[in-house]
Amino acid sequence: MKNTQDTHTIFELSHPGRRAARLPACDVPEREITELLPETAIADEPPALPELSEPAVIRHFINLSTQNMSVDTHFYPLGSCTMKYNPKRNERAAAMPGFADLHPYQPAETLQGMFHVLYEMQQYLQEISGLEACSLQPAAGAHGELTALLVAAAYFRDIGEQRTKVLVPDNAHGTNPASAAMGGFEAVTIKTTADGFVDMQDLAAKLDDQLAVLMITNPSTLGLFEPNMQAIADQVHAQGGLIYLDGANMNAILGIARPGDFGADMQHYNPHKTFSGPHGGGGPGAGPICVTEKLAPYLPAPVVRKDGERYFLDFEMPRSIGRVRAFFANVGVLLRAYAYIRTHGPDGLRRISEHAVLNANYLLSRVKHILPVPQGNRCMHEFVASASDIKHQKNVSAMDIAKRLLDFGYHAPTVYFPLTVPEAIMIEPTETESKETLDAFAETLFRVTEEDADLLHDAPHSTAISRPDEVRAARQPVLSFPG
Amino acid sequence: MPYLYNTPEDQRAMLEAIGAGSIDELFDPIPRELKLARLLDLPPALSEMELDRHFCELSSRNRPAGEAVCFLGGGCYDHFVPAVVDAVAGRSEFYTSYTPYQAEASQGNLQVVLEYQSLIARLTGMDISNASLYDGASAAAEAVLMATNATRRHGKIVVPESLHPEYRTTIATYLENLETEIVTLDTPSGVIDPDQLAEVVDQDVAAVVLQQPNFFGCLEDAERIAQITQEAGALVITVFDPLSLGILKRPGDYGTNIAVAEGHTLGTPMSYGGPFLGIMACDKSLVRRMPGRIAGKTVDRRGNDCYVLTMQTREQHIRREKATSNVCTNQGLFALRATVYLSQLGPQGLRETALLCLQKSHYAAEQLCEQQRFSLAFAAPTFKEFVIRDAENRVEELLKSSLSNGFLAGVPLGQWYPNLSDCFLVAVTEKRTKEEIDALVCSLASASVSADGHVGASH
Repeated sequence: MKNTQDTHTIFELSHPGRRAARLPACDVPEREITELLPETAIADEPPALPELSEPAVIRHFINLSTQNMSVDTHFYPLGSCTMKYNPKRNERAAAMPGFADLHPYQPAETLQGMFHVLYEMQQYLQEISGLEACSLQPAAGAHGELTALLVAAAYFRDIGEQRTKVLVPDNAHGTNPASAAMGGFEAVTIKTTADGFVDMQDLAAKLDDQLAVLMITNPSTLGLFEPNMQAIADQVHAQGGLIYLDGANMNAILGIARPGDFGADMQHYNPHKTFSGPHGGGGPGAGPICVTEKLAPYLPAPVVRKDGERYFLDFEMPRSIGRVRAFFANVGVLLRAYAYIRTHGPDGLRRISEHAVLNANYLLSRVKHILPVPQGNRCMHEFVASASDIKHQKNVSAMDIAKRLLDFGYHAPTVYFPLTVPEAIMIEPTETESKETLDAFAETLFRVTEEDADLLHDAPHSTAISRPDEVRAARQPVLSFPG
Repeated sequence: MPYLYNTPEDQRAMLEAIGAGSIDELFDPIPRELKLARLLDLPPALSEMELDRHFCELSSRNRPAGEAVCFLGGGCYDHFVPAVVDAVAGRSEFYTSYTPYQAEASQGNLQVVLEYQSLIARLTGMDISNASLYDGASAAAEAVLMATNATRRHGKIVVPESLHPEYRTTIATYLENLETEIVTLDTPSGVIDPDQLAEVVDQDVAAVVLQQPNFFGCLEDAERIAQITQEAGALVITVFDPLSLGILKRPGDYGTNIAVAEGHTLGTPMSYGGPFLGIMACDKSLVRRMPGRIAGKTVDRRGNDCYVLTMQTREQHIRREKATSNVCTNQGLFALRATVYLSQLGPQGLRETALLCLQKSHYAAEQLCEQQRFSLAFAAPTFKEFVIRDAENRVEELLKSSLSNGFLAGVPLGQWYPNLSDCFLVAVTEKRTKEEIDALVCSLASASVSADGHVGASH
């Protein structure tokens, strides 16, 4: 039931003199603050934080939580995001004090259990990718992209080649070209065909000795396996370039095909997608990368190694690019991924991809009768429908459909991505949904497309708010609550 | 498989609807020669009970704070996490939701982000905070990129040795393939010498990165450093300790242009160093160059207040290679934790926490320095951390011996600073009791090294 108090801000709830936290009395002899700190360093007054009682803190935030859709409460077919079930056993494992209360600068002998997990994770990720070395350090997928591109840059510098270009297909995630630019490369777009595949002619025209890396998402953002993968890899390698695989869509191919076997020299993982880490309302993620043997010396340091039965951090990597964050890695996310991989084993991991692809194809078989799916009858883990026809027929857009689905308790699919499909509606059901859920979703989608256009233009009708004025948000920015 | 639904009957019905003979057929688009012809070489599946047992066993091979008394710092600290933080962050509606692109289905997350941004702005005295970045070090590197772009000075940035060494390495890695040079300022006295700084800050310098309190726990003369930097037309990037702002001046008070921090100390446990919370706040004039997500307030069609992600034209999914950064993820769950933590502590709680750190760390430093063997390496004032010099230059043995007595006593500095190989960094948070501090001092004082190098601890 909606609580009318829940829209107050934490600042409106503040009441002078109230407080929640009580600290213990100081048990050491106290000195005057001005004896310990220069007066110029001391704040004039305490920070202007709100003052609340503890029950008020709880009621406020718990009420806010009820205004979110989430995987635990709703079907969340958000394409490209792999919103699968987040197993509770993983949460329990990662929260054990023996893992959660470790300091990154503890001596190695007090970290052997943690190092065991991290060492094994390096091995597992290498095996799943078919690549020879791993760095767990990057903090997110895009961070993994940047790290791998810096690894590539270091490699080319080391072999005395100056290469400036990174090729990115036009249907790739925006992080790919942004990572290339941040890494000091020129991002060059290659076209994809109407079928959604890399345009081999355009690729050939842009291949030269300036090519450092071709970044490819395979399966692609259209949910298709690139049929020319081998030829692409061969041509790039013939020019001395490297292939980077954006691992966002690994959920489709676990144990079925390995990037290292189909030509990738480097890849990142999104453990918060593929290996069930919760998305946390936008993070944390992790972005471990795997690379071939020849790129291994350039990985960020340290990595975990094993000497007999003893694990240790190896910092002796003279050709390493350095580091891309402080401390070892987003181990909290990696612990969950480790628990997930151990829960499934080799058969189980393969089964995940089989059912992710089965669910996606089943939903595709139903959705294609409602909205056209320009790139065909079959897909891998996701597919992209288009609201282009219905837009022309009755001026109902992908956004209208997405918003109306919220009224029926479905999180909206990804819309307007990839950019190559007009009025794109990108749907990824994941393997952790039932046939009944997929059926009900398809029926709802059909019902929505039959509805009166005006009803859709004004959707959603049942959520806490109606559509926000985003133009106003950007033109007259209010980025904090007034003091 | 524990998380799948499809029964054999479901599968049959679904394949029939698809028009496929088998699941394998769905993978026909992958050329046969590119497929893996064997099972992955991974250990077999574990049941939940077996997994639990396995994790308990692995966990027992670690020695967390709690089993050993933690005086370790250097950017990660054993601060107290109130129960309300876990209670809120454990809500499925928060931790199993995605980035709040669909505002209508995410008002809870969006309001939290705007409250977070507001709290960080108030805490730092800066105009605008973003929705968070990966961690403190990568936030510092992003701040450097922001500064070179904003000033159009791609020549140099100045970084003192008193900045966290891993932050310096991170910045160097981010800049490695770009043209900007890093000028490293040595800090033999533990802090930046403003006169020396004035000599190196010229018209090519985009920014000076200052850490307050710095990696050695010492307070820099932030006001003078900021003044010198800005007179040269460069930006001031301050790496701050959020909890120190319960008592210390805010970065905005002394002219900081971009303030960044590691925010795990606001309600997130140490977790072996991550995932953490990268805080970033800046001047109003820099907001359109800021990386990461930003939430804003607007109105909906009914005219009611509501919240959205905004200013997305900075971001990679719109601007692609012209974006301010490639950052896509924020640390939503930890921004939530920080928001709950700061709401729970309030102004008085934050001040008392900072004061406890201040008083207890000074008590610990005094007690240690009563031993002839130990002295403070630097004379500059400190907040919650300090550097101890061991006259016997046996830091490794000393720390080993105190570990056997149950103390994670300090971080040896020789790994980053060869000239400080006789020194270690000690952090004292509000969680440490007088009893623990006295016992630490006793343990370190009694660690004796015999002539043959054998370490013993009489206790």
